[in-house]
Amino acid sequence: MEFKTFVFYFLAAILVFAALRVITARNPVHAALYLVLAFFNAGGIWLLLHAEFLAITLVMVYVGAVMVLFLFVVMMLDINLDRLRQGFWSYLPLGAMIGILLVIEMALVLGGQYFGLEAMPAPPAPGEGYSNTREIGRVLYTDYVYPFELASLVLLVAMVAAVSLTLRKRKGTKYIDPALQVAVKREGRVELVKMQAEKE
Amino acid sequence: MNFVVPDFYPAAAEIFVAVMALVIMLATTFARRIARTLGYALTQITLIAAAFITIFTMDGQVSYTFSNMFISDLMGDFLKLMIYFSMAIALLYGRSYLADRNIDKPEYYLLSVLMTLGMMVMVTSNHMLTMYIGLEMMSLALYALVAFDRDSARSTEAGMKYFVLGALASGLLLYGMSMVYGATGTLEFSGVAQAVYNQSANSSVLLFGLVFLVAGICFKLGVVPFHMWVPDVYQGASTAVTLIIATAPKLAAFAMAVRLLIWGLFEIADQWQTMLMFVAVASIILGNLAAIAQSNIKRMLAYSGISHMGFMLLGLLAGVVEGDRHFALNAYSSAMFYAVSYVIMSLASFGMVILLSRAGFEAERIDDFKGLNKRSPWFAAVMMFVMFSMAGIPFFIGFFAKLSVLQAVVAAGYFWLAAVAVVMSVIGAYYYLRIVKIMYFDEPEDTTPIQAPAELRVMLSANGIAIAALGLAPQMLMSLCAYALLASL
Repeated sequence: MEFKTFVFYFLAAILVFAALRVITARNPVHAALYLVLAFFNAGGIWLLLHAEFLAITLVMVYVGAVMVLFLFVVMMLDINLDRLRQGFWSYLPLGAMIGILLVIEMALVLGGQYFGLEAMPAPPAPGEGYSNTREIGRVLYTDYVYPFELASLVLLVAMVAAVSLTLRKRKGTKYIDPALQVAVKREGRVELVKMQAEKE
Repeated sequence: MNFVVPDFYPAAAEIFVAVMALVIMLATTFARRIARTLGYALTQITLIAAAFITIFTMDGQVSYTFSNMFISDLMGDFLKLMIYFSMAIALLYGRSYLADRNIDKPEYYLLSVLMTLGMMVMVTSNHMLTMYIGLEMMSLALYALVAFDRDSARSTEAGMKYFVLGALASGLLLYGMSMVYGATGTLEFSGVAQAVYNQSANSSVLLFGLVFLVAGICFKLGVVPFHMWVPDVYQGASTAVTLIIATAPKLAAFAMAVRLLIWGLFEIADQWQTMLMFVAVASIILGNLAAIAQSNIKRMLAYSGISHMGFMLLGLLAGVVEGDRHFALNAYSSAMFYAVSYVIMSLASFGMVILLSRAGFEAERIDDFKGLNKRSPWFAAVMMFVMFSMAGIPFFIGFFAKLSVLQAVVAAGYFWLAAVAVVMSVIGAYYYLRIVKIMYFDEPEDTTPIQAPAELRVMLSANGIAIAALGLAPQMLMSLCAYALLASL
């Protein structure tokens, strides 16, 4: 066996194991950590395909940012596992039956013959000085500029939705708007009243 | 490497709406005091201006831009116009309802505009990537709108349910797209069609992908067996949002089905037609039977929507008979006509629910329509038009929609399918006519006069008249659908 093939199977085995543990782990923190492991292995497999930029982005963005944030959230929330598992056993038979059927059918269709090396030959080795990063950068703002800009608007939708669903104005806080504070005029604070001098 | 700057002209409407979304966001942030009115006004202006831009840039030609990811054709333009139209009316109907419940925040209008943009992208996409991004833009905005009444537990629950199921459906669709890509080596619809035509595609993998594509489309249309979310979401969302879900997104989902299945996978039409046949028959049967048992009018209209979408699919599946494409144009234009007429009827039906609701009161029960004739004879008549039209009683638009679909089905030789559809429509007529009966023959439980702003009354009346008038002259809309498809195919 070629070394590269060995590395692929090694990473793939850990990936499948980690992915399974994500959904079977009892502790949500463990599940999140297994997901991190799965991302690392997926990144490794992408490296084998010469997609070094995507591999590093996956690790940096998903492991470095998204999953760390996710871990924080999981740790902050007090998740009641027993309530989450309510009804698990009563749904299991039907769910498992459909799931197993689906997996068997998918395995029958997708089994080696259509995705083997004969059907999908390995891409030709890139030439000297080929840079995956440069290739992505080249098409991202040219050929793919339309979906790229649209994707930014999808993120805007997510942001607006998250803010509008969660932002609450709390009543009774003593917060003072600094802008209003700065803009204060003498007239708003002090009133000069002309009156007769009073004598006793 | 040569790169030619894409032609922005065909996408002028999309670019305009995207820019306006940002303008609305900034304007409503800085003008806080009048943000609610400003957001609403700018949204309506955006929709009207976008309609004008679409009309002016319409040239009846099929043109591609943005590296063939964007297609501009008459079908897309027609559906886009219908989407602006239904969004504008839905927002107009919903305005006072939202204000009464204090949820007419500027974000509501901003999300509506972004949702419109997502639907426009779907309608004009020629590439699976843009199709998916448009779908996500529309769906994400919709999830947020469903949960927008965040202090209501039901609304939040509906939003969560819709979000989880929608994410699953998007995953299925994406998986199907990746399989089609694996089989054909391209994501562009015309490229996919070319690869399938040349038989260079791997047929088993292609079929495998097709199953997931159909599942994703069916979820967005809300047809059996992917209908579970429909009643709960329709009932849980505030009526103004239900009105939005039940109208424009159906047109976008129709466009998605047409682009993916007809533009991309027309060569294997016999395969997806069989799948759609099961889906359509199951939807018509389940939708009509389940609607009978409902006592909540939003749930009833949800089940009726399931059966209507099943009916619409009948048009899509009657296009190709044993390799004969003779009937395709007729069948697809009947499906499009059905979708458009359903949207017009759906606008009026949920508009009526909004009309009867007022601050602190939701006219959600069917019993709330009791004796409407005594309270307002005119709006009882409008509701009667809508119900007659949905039931498919002659000389309303819904009748001609059903008739043209059934003609297509019979022309394709599926007599049993037409028979099932007719029998189920007759059964379905029961629950539509029940509403007419309680409006005219029962005593009102609630005698408060109808409180609604003038614009809602005027628009709803116009909508009711349109249902009757289009029923008297259905040929116009029908030939418009046929012409739009003819110029695009």
